[in-house]
Amino acid sequence: MNSSLLLSAATFIYALASVFYIGSFSFKKQVLAKLGFWVIVIGFIANTSGILLRWMESYQMGYGHAPFSNMYESLVFFSWTVAALYIFVEIKYRESIIGVFVSPLIFLAIAYASFDPSISSKISPLIPALKSNWLIAHVITCFLGYAGFALAFGFSFIYFVKPRDPNATSIFAKLPDWEIIDELTYQMIVFGFLFLTIGIITGSVWANSAWGKYWSWDPKETWSLITWFIYAIFLHLRLMRGWHGAKLALVSIFGFFCVLFTYFGVNYLLSGLHSYG
Amino acid sequence: MFFASVRLTVYTLVILAVTSIIGTVILQNGSPQQYVNLYGQGLYNLIQVLQIDDMYHAWWYLLLLLLLCINIVVCSVERLSKTWKIIFPDKIKVNPKRFLSAKNKESFETEKDLEPLCAEYEALLSKRIGKVIRQEAEGSVVLYAEKGRWTRLGVYVVHASVILLLAGALIGALFGFKASLRLDEGETADTVFDSKTRMPIKLPFAIQCNEFEVRFYDTGAPEEFRSNLTVIEGGQESFTRDIRVNQPLRYKGINVFQSSYGTASPNEAVFQITDNITQDVITQTIKKGQAVDLPGNMGTFKFEGFLPHFDFRGHNLGEAFFGRMTLAEGKNFQIGLPTKFPTFDKMRKGRFTVVVKDFDQAYYTGLQVTKDPGVWYVYAGFIFMIVGCWVTFFISHQSVCIGLETSMSNAGSTSGPVRVWVAGKANRNAHGMTLKIRKLATILKDI
Repeated sequence: MNSSLLLSAATFIYALASVFYIGSFSFKKQVLAKLGFWVIVIGFIANTSGILLRWMESYQMGYGHAPFSNMYESLVFFSWTVAALYIFVEIKYRESIIGVFVSPLIFLAIAYASFDPSISSKISPLIPALKSNWLIAHVITCFLGYAGFALAFGFSFIYFVKPRDPNATSIFAKLPDWEIIDELTYQMIVFGFLFLTIGIITGSVWANSAWGKYWSWDPKETWSLITWFIYAIFLHLRLMRGWHGAKLALVSIFGFFCVLFTYFGVNYLLSGLHSYG
Repeated sequence: MFFASVRLTVYTLVILAVTSIIGTVILQNGSPQQYVNLYGQGLYNLIQVLQIDDMYHAWWYLLLLLLLCINIVVCSVERLSKTWKIIFPDKIKVNPKRFLSAKNKESFETEKDLEPLCAEYEALLSKRIGKVIRQEAEGSVVLYAEKGRWTRLGVYVVHASVILLLAGALIGALFGFKASLRLDEGETADTVFDSKTRMPIKLPFAIQCNEFEVRFYDTGAPEEFRSNLTVIEGGQESFTRDIRVNQPLRYKGINVFQSSYGTASPNEAVFQITDNITQDVITQTIKKGQAVDLPGNMGTFKFEGFLPHFDFRGHNLGEAFFGRMTLAEGKNFQIGLPTKFPTFDKMRKGRFTVVVKDFDQAYYTGLQVTKDPGVWYVYAGFIFMIVGCWVTFFISHQSVCIGLETSMSNAGSTSGPVRVWVAGKANRNAHGMTLKIRKLATILKDI
């Protein structure tokens, strides 16, 4: 048993969960969604053990570092945070149908990590710049923020598919009440915003201890700030200007594209200090 | 008023978000030549006018930040003056009607007597929420409790933190510096050069580099960069310490970071000179700038220096020694001796061949030296921002109201079942409040 095997297993289990959720949605069978939830929980357990095992393997190889040091590890961790947050939300709100919009995201992130040939899954030693206790705090908080925004992104789609007519019979009519969707999207963005804020701050403090500058307008930093601006705009529009519904959902969707660009675009298209993921 | 509108905030944030993209796409702090090559002279003129070559410090970007600050201050002052009475009221007024229309209201009936029920509810409410206010009317009692009124201040803490952050950045820009310093092993310096202006800055102490070491993993990736530094004050050694990436030296408000390294030129090396005709060989340690006689007194060889990148017909051959051969017959020419190719000089096919036999590899350490008196304001801003966001988004001003009503009999005494309703209000997280009321109602029913 090694970590790659466990993480591949997690990928397939998450794929199965997506199938159950989408099936439950298409065939209007609540029981499939319940099944999907338990499958996600199993996938999450495999994902968790995979990450922990990889951490141990890095110690056995003599490198000894937390598995947050390259694109592969960060994608695996991204899936983990989204799954963790989703499980929490489903338990708290008892609305399993929303998993339709989230489970594919969890699957896609970890699948991308495994199947893109340019992403190496090798455990490599830590470069000097990453040797810091801030690594763990910075990565965990940033990815919790990303996870919040990812869930908000999934929920925002509901605004465009759910019929306004309460008596409609389409498959989208089964989706939760507007009030709950609104509340959920907002809660996820607030959660994401708090953790993105802490993520940027921990990164900033770390940069100050590694390079002597808490902010150097590196593309990754700048894009995280742009993302922060977008969600700050979202919060002001909602709380102060009374925006809601589809208009606001568009802002949340746009915000998530900024998250994706901060995460991937900066690494592939721009150059800077964050070449490792 | 213009500055007091949230619409202005939204527009400013949108413009900041959009313009910030520019600096991630267009080269920052490049040389004029680089810009002309990349974008052409015409666009470079535009770049210069709008200071896009350093856009995050351009006048218009700083103006946007200033606009945001004024907007934040004006909005906060205006709103706070309005909500001050709500946050710090002289006396809390209870208005049960506000709760009767609440969506989360739960009601039930119970056969218990009014008074003991009231006492139990009051105890529960004061334990779970806070101090209970009791209002009585004929045949009915209203119990009210609230908590977290102060959390309405959280949003002002967040906004103040933004101001504090920018103030800290301004202080750093005005009174701090960022400089670089290159020290060969064994060298001492007390003057650094500003990264942007190249102006010399004198430090309150001198730094001596005793040793630099770089270690590699077996994969070839760097594992550790370490400089051993001694701080010297008034000619006296104060202390010696290792610095690494992520482990800077902080002393008297000055921070010294490991940022780069390279090979320094060795001061002496062992050279072997062969006379290809007589097969005479001499092997000798030569100091930089020193000359030795060639075998058979046919001339001299002088060790002139060391190059980190030796350019040979357009190829970079890496580190190399160079020296000057002066032959007795009068010819004199320079030769290069790349360390990676020991037999390189043989290919010259001259009478004398020079080979570098041995030298002590010396390094220089590249240090970043900074001073930033604004950093503590920035860090304070960070803490306020996290705490403020937490309070604003996750703690709310919650109030709960329980109403107990009895049907009045003709005789004026109470009789029959007590009708109970419970409802709550929160300025944030309405769903959380609904769950709370639902839970509270089940507990109240069981009493």
